[in-house]
Amino acid sequence: MLASIKSLSSAVVIPFLKRGLLLLTTVLLAIPNVGWSQSNSQTITSVSPKVVKIFGAGGAKNLYAYGSGFLVSPQGHILTVWSHLLDSDTVSVVLNDGRRFEGKVVGVEPPLDLAILKIEADGLPCFDLSQATSVGPGTRVLGFSNAFKVATGDEPVSVIHGVIAARTTLTARRGAFESPYNGTVYIVDAVTNNAGAAGGVLTTREGKLVGMIGKELRNTQTNTWLNYVMPISELSDTVEQIISGRFTTKKTDEDEDGVSKKKPRRYEAADFGLITIPDVVARTPAYIDRVLPGSLAEIAGLQPNDLILFVGNDLVQSCQMLREELGRLQSGDPLKIVVRRDDQLVTVGMTVPKKSVE
Amino acid sequence: MKTCFALSCLMLGTFGFSASLLLAEIDVRQAQSNRTEVVRQAAPAVVAIFSADGNGGGSGVLISPDGYALSNFHVTSACGNFMKCGLNDGVLYDAVIVGIDPTGDVALIKLLGRNDFPFAPLGDSDQVAAGDWTYAMGNPFLLATDFQPTVTFGMVSGVHRYQYPAGTFLEYTDCIQVDTSINPGNSGGPLFNSAGELIGINGRIAVEKRGRVNVGAGYAISINQIKHFMGQLRGGLVVDHATLGATVRSGTDRTVLIDSILESSNAYRRGLREDDEIISFAGRPIGSVNQFKNILGIYPQGWSVPLVYRREGKKEQIIVQLPALHRKSELLQPAGPKAPPQPKRPDGRGPKSPDDPHSAEASLPKDELLAEYKKLFVKKTGYANYYFNEQEQQRVLAGLKPFAGWQNAPAKWVLSGKTTDQDTFQIKLLPQALSAQFTKRAPGLQNLDGTDFLDEPPGSGGLLAALQQFKMLLTGGAAAFTEMSYLGNQPLDGQEVSVDVLVTRKSTVECRWYFRSSDGVLAGFDSSLGTDVDAAQIRFLDFQDVQGRYFPSRFAVQYGNTDYGTFEVTTVDISAANETAN
Repeated sequence: MLASIKSLSSAVVIPFLKRGLLLLTTVLLAIPNVGWSQSNSQTITSVSPKVVKIFGAGGAKNLYAYGSGFLVSPQGHILTVWSHLLDSDTVSVVLNDGRRFEGKVVGVEPPLDLAILKIEADGLPCFDLSQATSVGPGTRVLGFSNAFKVATGDEPVSVIHGVIAARTTLTARRGAFESPYNGTVYIVDAVTNNAGAAGGVLTTREGKLVGMIGKELRNTQTNTWLNYVMPISELSDTVEQIISGRFTTKKTDEDEDGVSKKKPRRYEAADFGLITIPDVVARTPAYIDRVLPGSLAEIAGLQPNDLILFVGNDLVQSCQMLREELGRLQSGDPLKIVVRRDDQLVTVGMTVPKKSVE
Repeated sequence: MKTCFALSCLMLGTFGFSASLLLAEIDVRQAQSNRTEVVRQAAPAVVAIFSADGNGGGSGVLISPDGYALSNFHVTSACGNFMKCGLNDGVLYDAVIVGIDPTGDVALIKLLGRNDFPFAPLGDSDQVAAGDWTYAMGNPFLLATDFQPTVTFGMVSGVHRYQYPAGTFLEYTDCIQVDTSINPGNSGGPLFNSAGELIGINGRIAVEKRGRVNVGAGYAISINQIKHFMGQLRGGLVVDHATLGATVRSGTDRTVLIDSILESSNAYRRGLREDDEIISFAGRPIGSVNQFKNILGIYPQGWSVPLVYRREGKKEQIIVQLPALHRKSELLQPAGPKAPPQPKRPDGRGPKSPDDPHSAEASLPKDELLAEYKKLFVKKTGYANYYFNEQEQQRVLAGLKPFAGWQNAPAKWVLSGKTTDQDTFQIKLLPQALSAQFTKRAPGLQNLDGTDFLDEPPGSGGLLAALQQFKMLLTGGAAAFTEMSYLGNQPLDGQEVSVDVLVTRKSTVECRWYFRSSDGVLAGFDSSLGTDVDAAQIRFLDFQDVQGRYFPSRFAVQYGNTDYGTFEVTTVDISAANETAN
């Protein structure tokens, strides 16, 4: 080690005392290898096994049936974005080495645009969220994702390189950048956010976890695309709560006094713990595909295969209409849902929870 | 003392920090000067390609001092048989099409007028890994009006990628994926590694959104794949890729199984059957269908590669000769210069519209092609440019020089000797008939009165017919056959030794003659009596002077899965046709 430092800067080292030399050595060792000229192969080799490919619902135009995620526990918890991909009963998760697993959604948080999947496996390489780092503009980064489904075989996902251009707040506005996520983001100077890339991971050149690649985001007015990444610090609390089973959506939306911090946001089926069948045709009937454990929907007694007919007094003829009806709800509203179960009509009631954001 | 120590620590700490900045700066400057140096060395070999009238456009790269350059098929097919090529010395050269690979989207052209062209050294694309730095050079958007190539710098995103045919037969297998900016006009241009070696030909980009510009995923055809096809391309051929003659499917637990197999295929004759599990192919382990297709795609038709399969727990290795992926007519159609829209150009430029602001800049002075260049293109069905095939035939035929003593030799040949399994033989090659007599083996007789060639002696695959072909080659050369063609080079019998292949046809007999690439020596030949049957494979083991004439004194004969025998020739009696054989 000493020899290599000498060769780097013998002119600098020589005038110093032996004691000083020792100190200098220590300081130099602490400096990460900048490695401008070197290949990133080593980092990629260590990061790639933690990134997964996800195949699920979709397949229609602009609804890609593939996506990305990354392992956040050795037991197979996977952090990804909450998207139409997860609308199917189970999704297919393919690891770096081609091993294929069935993934189940264990929790979602639509305001953060995140979902946690679980595969039945153990001892997997994974990211430690507590070791995530915060970076500033100019930091050189690598983006790992299943972009364009290029890596279809038993092969690692695609990697691209770039630089953090800014750390800013994503002001997602209707008509401009439409996104449920409304918080701190990194803007990257590379095309990280491609089809299928959402849920991928951004790391530093040394492989330190930085954030999760967001969905494709296009400004409909200027036809420009935004390459943004959600910092892990924004997501880690929720992720840990979901994994530990302590998660309820309320917590992130209220301050210590239980008062909502943010403006109300449109409600979605997931806010009630409902997951409908994939909305793939023009008028997909609003069948319940799954009911998340511990959710309002489960407490109210809704079951998979129930067909939602009424929200309040309004007839719901499709998944699309269900979304519209739920979107009209206000926090604290009484909510009546009528479903058809086998040959019977079943009515359930619940109260709309407090929620966040627009 | 304590204070002094603390102070010195502080000073040293500060110094260490600034030293690190200094080191980082040195590193950055070093990396920068390395990059400029690579660009300086590589740029002279980069070619800007235009059609003869200055339209169209793409990129290419020189790979030899005599002007051979690689590009994309979808670039050259739009440019015609003669094109104009600009180098970074600002000079515009004439170039002629040599060989094309429509499936792999590769074309070989030859720049004319110099024998000292700058050229790029070929790298080894199997050593490329995700994370490596790369340079793409070429003429994107036709910006380089002085032919000084545009350079983009980026990283390898993935290797051994498979890209499905995009609505055409154009298929990218085992390619290199880069985030290096590749745009329309980069097509056909080089991808260099950080040492400035050519590792791929840029050809395709993801175009799923944002129009036809870079979105962070570009694909380069690996140079190692192109190396497999190089001999065929130099031979002026329309080259084809290979198939196994069988389809595969995924089994459980990441296995790949034979789904169905053509009974006429070589693989079937070697023993491969439905439901066999493929363990490895061409020396690479197989874990998915995708992987198999990826590897299959990098081989030219006619190559022999090893395949290991498992049936009922038992592993077996076979050498499989790969049939062509397409019918000849399928590939020939778009090869004509007058049919530009044939293959969809995945990232290529459309034809220029007259109001394109760039057309004025890109238009080139019109000049007449030199007469001496015109003869460098010979049109013939099945070839991109038959002129180069003839050149290669002449080069390879030089390997027959030691046999010159046989030219116009008398027509009656009688070979006698013994085989290594203690049999004796006498083989007569007469103008009217061929015969073989053994002590142990069954005899063979083949009339030369126009009847079909048969498997004579039985079980040899038509050894008599094969030796007759050999006699024709030695006495008459190329003129003795209806057709002769150069078929590129390939590893002999799937092994290490590379050979140049000449194929000849005479009535129903097709022969492939194998000349060692290293020294031109005739290593053997395959003679087949028809399509979809095994050939008699003759491999020369030793040569000696037999009665003053150079002759293969030892040769092995294999037919299908069986060794027919190894022959040791002790005498060759030759006499004129009017003398009676004893």
